[in-house]
Amino acid sequence: MSSLFNIVKQGLGFSDAQVAVTGGVHPPEHKQESSSQPIGYLALPKRLVLPLRQHVGTLPKILVNVGDTVLKGQLLAEAEGNISAAIHAPTSGTIAAIEDALIPHPSGLPDRCLIIDVDGKDEWIAHLSLDWRTQDKTKLLESLRKSGIVGLGGAAFPTQVKLRTSARTHVNTLVINAAECEPYITCDDMLMRERAEQILRGIEVAQYLLGAKECLIGIEDNKPEAAEAMRLACASSPLNQEVTLKVIVVPTQYPSGDARQLIRLLTGIEVPADKRSTEVGLQCFNVATLLALHRYFDHGEPALSRIVTITGNVKKPANYEVLFGTPVTDLIQAAGGALAGTNDYIMGGPMMGFSLPSADVPITKAANCIIVSSPNLFAPVPPAMPCIRCARCADVCPVSLQPQELYWFSKSSNLEKAREYKLFDCIECGCCTYACPSNIPLVQYYRFAKSEIIAQDRSKEAADLARERNEFRLMRIEREKQERAVKHAQKAVGAKVEADKASTNETPISVDDPAMEAKKAAIAAAIERAKAQKKSLAPQNVSDPSPSVQAEMIEIDARREAAKIAVNEQASSQDEK
Amino acid sequence: MSRSPYLTSAPSVSVIMIKVLLALLPAVAAYVWVFGPSILVMLILASITALSAEALMLKLRNRPIKPFLMDGSALLTAWLLALSLPPLAPWWLVVVGTFFAIVIAKQLYGGLGYNPFNPAMVGYAVLLISFPVIMTHWPAPIELAQAKLSFANQLEYIFGASNSMNLDAVSMATPLDYLKTQLTLHHSVQDIVSAAQFGLLGAKGGELIVGAYLIGGLYLLQQRLITWHLPIAFLAVLALMAGAFYLADPTRFANPLFHLFTGASMLGAFFIITDPVSGPTTPKGKLVFAAGIAVLTYLIRVYGGYPDGVAFSVLLMNMCVPLIDAWTQPRVFGHQK
Repeated sequence: MSSLFNIVKQGLGFSDAQVAVTGGVHPPEHKQESSSQPIGYLALPKRLVLPLRQHVGTLPKILVNVGDTVLKGQLLAEAEGNISAAIHAPTSGTIAAIEDALIPHPSGLPDRCLIIDVDGKDEWIAHLSLDWRTQDKTKLLESLRKSGIVGLGGAAFPTQVKLRTSARTHVNTLVINAAECEPYITCDDMLMRERAEQILRGIEVAQYLLGAKECLIGIEDNKPEAAEAMRLACASSPLNQEVTLKVIVVPTQYPSGDARQLIRLLTGIEVPADKRSTEVGLQCFNVATLLALHRYFDHGEPALSRIVTITGNVKKPANYEVLFGTPVTDLIQAAGGALAGTNDYIMGGPMMGFSLPSADVPITKAANCIIVSSPNLFAPVPPAMPCIRCARCADVCPVSLQPQELYWFSKSSNLEKAREYKLFDCIECGCCTYACPSNIPLVQYYRFAKSEIIAQDRSKEAADLARERNEFRLMRIEREKQERAVKHAQKAVGAKVEADKASTNETPISVDDPAMEAKKAAIAAAIERAKAQKKSLAPQNVSDPSPSVQAEMIEIDARREAAKIAVNEQASSQDEK
Repeated sequence: MSRSPYLTSAPSVSVIMIKVLLALLPAVAAYVWVFGPSILVMLILASITALSAEALMLKLRNRPIKPFLMDGSALLTAWLLALSLPPLAPWWLVVVGTFFAIVIAKQLYGGLGYNPFNPAMVGYAVLLISFPVIMTHWPAPIELAQAKLSFANQLEYIFGASNSMNLDAVSMATPLDYLKTQLTLHHSVQDIVSAAQFGLLGAKGGELIVGAYLIGGLYLLQQRLITWHLPIAFLAVLALMAGAFYLADPTRFANPLFHLFTGASMLGAFFIITDPVSGPTTPKGKLVFAAGIAVLTYLIRVYGGYPDGVAFSVLLMNMCVPLIDAWTQPRVFGHQK
């Protein structure tokens, strides 16, 4: 089937994808609006707000104090722990405050931010390019921790982690994600059209660090200019001599830009669900991330800015190079301001983006697109009707889930069943909701079910821990009791020996042996009792996939009771002491 | 707040239902051509009954009435049932069947999306078991009828006092019925099909309606309102089954084309077994479901007590749907089967 598909597709010159697209949707693209202008630049804002949480992983450690003067490119917070990313001053100025402020996050909650009063001089800190080709890779990776670079496609995963190789992960193929499958977003498209050569330099860095033999650049067929620019850049790249370097055009079908989907399209390899792509010899980077790598290694510039698409209900949709920390309002202003009817600001695309709590939040590393929204642009969703099991959602699911079944299980809080039907393989791309004739907010149900399952697992873990502690305490009390008894016995025997010594001469002392044996027996008995108790305390049918909600509620209550008892007992035991 | 995706594309449930009703129009026109305009009266009767019953039940169940009446599902059930009944059936037969389909088979199970059985087929099965004589007396097509019935005559049949004598005068055994009875008299199929009611492929006149169902079904496929799995699997397995028996003994078994073009084969293939609510959802499951219905239909036609078997086969396979769905889960991306 798929081979026939390939022959037809490639024969018609549509696509060089290895395999047919499975599932997915093709909403109206709306990319034209923002891709007709070259990438613009914003005037320096007066104030920059830099959230510490701009990436996936632990928060970085702040290195500056309020009142400090900082230069452009200066390290403000350093990566802490394995998965973390540094933060730098995007321009020169003084640290005005370190406080909680609204950040662009679906929760809409404020979080810790570094706030810089910009001095307008845009004065650089001393920065040097690294002669990376001659340097030791571990040194380069260590240096990369100070770059602040994260995945700019939207995931914001620290790039230094993805470039580390180990014995278990041997990367053979570097997949370069230039699919940009979400409607409205054009930042990668414009970046490729204007800075393809710089991207290629970034690819050189990544290829060198990973030792990849093959670099595949995946671009959707709705970006012919970008694909052409990348092809030209590839042809003139020195990398072309060393490794296989190819631009592969894939059909425009959301979500082809999902890393695992794109890997499959370009290589035909389906990364197993329980493995990382590096375990099957693949690593995937977004084009903007690669350009950031080039800037860091070839110019010594850390991550300070990114290209952001501003589109939707604004006068002049376009792309701008924006310093991190710039208020979204500045960007909207640059695009000619929001038009009448604006009722929402969306960060990201219309399929996976989220509404901002306010237009005053800063642009962060993950911010690829701001859509100024109005009811005309995205109509309010009509009230949901019952599911009619039409399975359109299943037809469009790119990971071949059965969304209609997951919906039933999520709705009825039948979480065991939801997990069994691979709820956690859902990538929340939104195709199912998009295709649903009953307007059921399916993805919301899955997000809810996932968080419920995670919360349940956590409380179960806590209860298990409490139970184990309690068992250990009971065992210890029992042991102490036995030890006391043994001691008493020993004392008694000792007294007897003393008495015997008085009458007889130096008989060999075999007292220890019976005493030790008694002790051992006592301990064994205690362990036996503890085991028996453990059996009686074992959690009741956690894995029982009973379909009724009630059964599940009873089960949760039972566990909660068990935890409560355990905690109470612990508390009372402490009181005893 | 994360309420993404902000985009929606799908046609609403009512648009889907209305398009299915549209797809039935060629068959309605063919009905009028073959049997006269009485079918229109029956469609109206069934529609009014279905909408009233639906509204009544929604009110009793404290559900919003308007959105559910507007979804068009009750109307579709009514039409599918009316098109399954003999076109001169008395009015109360239409009303009772439709009422049963909507109230018992659909609303008592929870309304739209919750009925495990195909409501139209439940209504049909109840009528067939309760009133077998009326249900198996189909009027002769106009071109074969000895007494031409005017529209006024037809209305008399529908609204007048039921009179089986009357019915006998205008009715004629359907080809499936005739074939069955004649075979028990040890006639060969070749002799039987030379009777008047047999046409080129199926029933004289009836094959026109069957063709209209086929056209409507192709429209549904083209509009992507149904996938190919159900109709193709059903028709293919029915043809294979009939073909195997026909090859074994052509004197005792009708040829596969006859089975495809008579009875409720086409109506079933495109409009009945494709009901999403009571059917399976996985692609493989659809193939199994449709194949099961085809096998049962053929067996009932050849060995069962009724001339046609689509309704009973659908209901029997409806029962298997949860099992079929559970057994045919597709492989999830990145997982071994």
